Amino acid sequence: MQTGVAAHHSSLGEKDNRALASIFAAYTVSATLWLLFATAVGLLLAYKFGAPDFGAGAWLTFGRLRPIHTNATFYGWASVALVGLAYYVAARSSRISLYSVKLAWIGLVLFNVAAVAGTVALDLGYNDGNLEYREWPWPIRFVFLAALVVTAWNLIGTVARRSTDDIYLSNWYTIGGVLWTCIIALVAILPWYQYGLGQVSVSGYYMHNAVGMWFTPLALGIFYYALPRLVSRPIYSYALGVFAFWTNLVFYPIIGAHHFLFSPLPWWLQTTAIVFSVAMLVPVWGGSANFLLTMRGRVRDLTHSYPLMFVLVGVLGYLVGSTQGTVEAFRSLQEVWHLTNFTVGHSHLTMYGFITFAIWGGVYALLPLATGKEPGRLGLMLHFWMAVVGSFIYVISLSIGGTIQGLDWKSGLPFIQSVVDMQAYHVWRGVGGSLMFLSHIVFAWNVWRMTYGRTAKAAPLVALPVGEAAA
Amino acid sequence: MNKLVLIAGGSTLVYAVLALMMGVLPGIALSGTAPGPGVEPLTALQAEGRAVYVANGCSYCHTQQVRPLPQDKVYGRPSARGDFAYQTPELLGSQRTGPDLTNIAVRQPSAVWQYIHLYNPRALVPESVMPAFDWMFQVVDDVPPGVTPVALPKAYAPAAGVVVPTHDAQALLAYLMSLKQPALRGDAAQNGGAMPAIATSSAGAADAGATTSARAAGPAAAPSDNGYDAAKGQVLFIANCAACHQATGEGLPGAFPALKGNAAVNDADATTHIRAVLHGLQGADVGGVVYASPMPPFADTLGDADIANIVNYERSAWGNHGAPVTMQQVTAERAKGK
Repeated sequence: MQTGVAAHHSSLGEKDNRALASIFAAYTVSATLWLLFATAVGLLLAYKFGAPDFGAGAWLTFGRLRPIHTNATFYGWASVALVGLAYYVAARSSRISLYSVKLAWIGLVLFNVAAVAGTVALDLGYNDGNLEYREWPWPIRFVFLAALVVTAWNLIGTVARRSTDDIYLSNWYTIGGVLWTCIIALVAILPWYQYGLGQVSVSGYYMHNAVGMWFTPLALGIFYYALPRLVSRPIYSYALGVFAFWTNLVFYPIIGAHHFLFSPLPWWLQTTAIVFSVAMLVPVWGGSANFLLTMRGRVRDLTHSYPLMFVLVGVLGYLVGSTQGTVEAFRSLQEVWHLTNFTVGHSHLTMYGFITFAIWGGVYALLPLATGKEPGRLGLMLHFWMAVVGSFIYVISLSIGGTIQGLDWKSGLPFIQSVVDMQAYHVWRGVGGSLMFLSHIVFAWNVWRMTYGRTAKAAPLVALPVGEAAA
Repeated sequence: MNKLVLIAGGSTLVYAVLALMMGVLPGIALSGTAPGPGVEPLTALQAEGRAVYVANGCSYCHTQQVRPLPQDKVYGRPSARGDFAYQTPELLGSQRTGPDLTNIAVRQPSAVWQYIHLYNPRALVPESVMPAFDWMFQVVDDVPPGVTPVALPKAYAPAAGVVVPTHDAQALLAYLMSLKQPALRGDAAQNGGAMPAIATSSAGAADAGATTSARAAGPAAAPSDNGYDAAKGQVLFIANCAACHQATGEGLPGAFPALKGNAAVNDADATTHIRAVLHGLQGADVGGVVYASPMPPFADTLGDADIANIVNYERSAWGNHGAPVTMQQVTAERAKGK
């Protein structure tokens, strides 16, 4: 069954549509501000590789800004943007109003309270153990968990009241993702069983599940809704999407230990992680094929639809980035790439090339439908090309540089040689990063035009201020 | 509604079971890992230093895990399970923008070096991209009793006054100096008992210094009659000695002695020179200056051939003209013991 895509809103009141639009817009605007902040910090970090004495002092030191960059990207930008999209998709595909507009606003406030408090805490040196992606002090992570619970409740409530018979596939992914992430967050926070090596195993589990069971399912959910809309045809195979859902669910949670290959973690745990990293090719290739086959024969559409181009890059980012992850999990290659900048390239290929492009594709495809306002074509073009070229330079330079780093170590050169050999690639990373950041400024402009900007084509959004719309 | 329960509830149930299996249960099981022989809890000051390390995100660039791979041999023996008994939060790290610190107290035991390096890494390693932690130090006119000022080179020293470490810097140093691997008994323990496949390759690369440097040396650098390989010697010197003695061989006045023009290095009798590299030095008097900084021993980390190459490099570089040594001389000095 592949309805739910061409939703008609006749049964919904104008008030419901506006409320949904303002929720979607507010989440997108909030996320965009976090994107600008997080990538400005990222740019400063990149600059420090060429000028390590630039931005001196405790508050701007590398080790404090780095987790601020990653956490703001994860929990300020990607999480908030994806939840905003998930709300819109849930309501539209279920042909019903949002279960609770108020809960959606509360969730947005909680997400932002957590991200602001987490950023400030990290900059003051309150870092919960340098444990990647769970560095915020635990009370702040409880606030984030509360935001997740609110979101799950609201999404489930919306889909439960659907006026369609089936639950559209997108909602499987988004509701699943939010529920699973509640478990991930809880497992990460509870301290009583995480000591020493035990904590290492939990870190491996957490690091991978926080990306793979949160961002991945939400972004895939967006693909499953936005792509059929953009090409005006149903998803190639609904069954394949369901198959990818369950295989992703079963394989992904098992592969976390591949972050600690050659560590003193039990050998069987590492080997299991490698085996299932290979098994991940099933949902990844299955899912990617499904998206690409949905686009088949529509190459010409690409040339005049930037939203579709964003989605296409997102799908390719998913395919290439995830496949790269499988390849990296092999011991023979991990021997060279582990602990080098190659990993940083990989994380940007996935969080940027896949997740961030998926969000952009979703926002450009759906936000104008919600608000009735379009971004300009020049803005779309600038955003797309700077982001694509910038991230391409970024990923390629770090992949080459990281490989050289790993080979330097293997050939027994003094460590400092690997630092010297990275210099040129650090510069190129900075060039790519600058283009990426510039594209985000254009994106912010486009978001403005799609939300609060003036347009001749549509009436302005009613619910401008945050407080008013909560009513 | 039933569909929703099946999809949301069913998948969450499946996920919860997997999270239990792959996250919680291994966590519980491994949390009980007993400390290895000689693995001690931190003192109060060291624990404070560890908190400073965490607050400033040191582990984003420095790992604390030695893998059973040849390229990790320079950092110490492979990490064993028992090494992490008191390591909460764990600081294994995921990136080596800087070198691994598992065994830093053995590899670089000099407080003088560590303080200068923390204050500004480029004072010692010009190519370093590590941030300067000068904000963990204060400039004072009068040195408080019991505190040694940081022996900064002129280019990095303040115009007036002297630099002393704050309490945070002292705690951080205490923590860094706690990072030394206790020796393990037996081969099984050497590999943490977890790495059956790698155990052999690790043992095969027992003398990784020799193996790797051989790879690094180009074909142009053919060994001379006494086996000295100039290219190897330089690579080994940069990797093991230049952080203090500097690539120029000029050391750092007042902190680390120069090797250029050094009496022991130019002496026809190389015994003192070889023994210094093998066993290290403590409170050495070089040319009338007593150096507070200890020199680490290399007997346990480098083979005789490598030490001979380093000694010969030092005896022939920067205008030095000490008589060359042979590997046999190093072997003989090693046999005499400390």
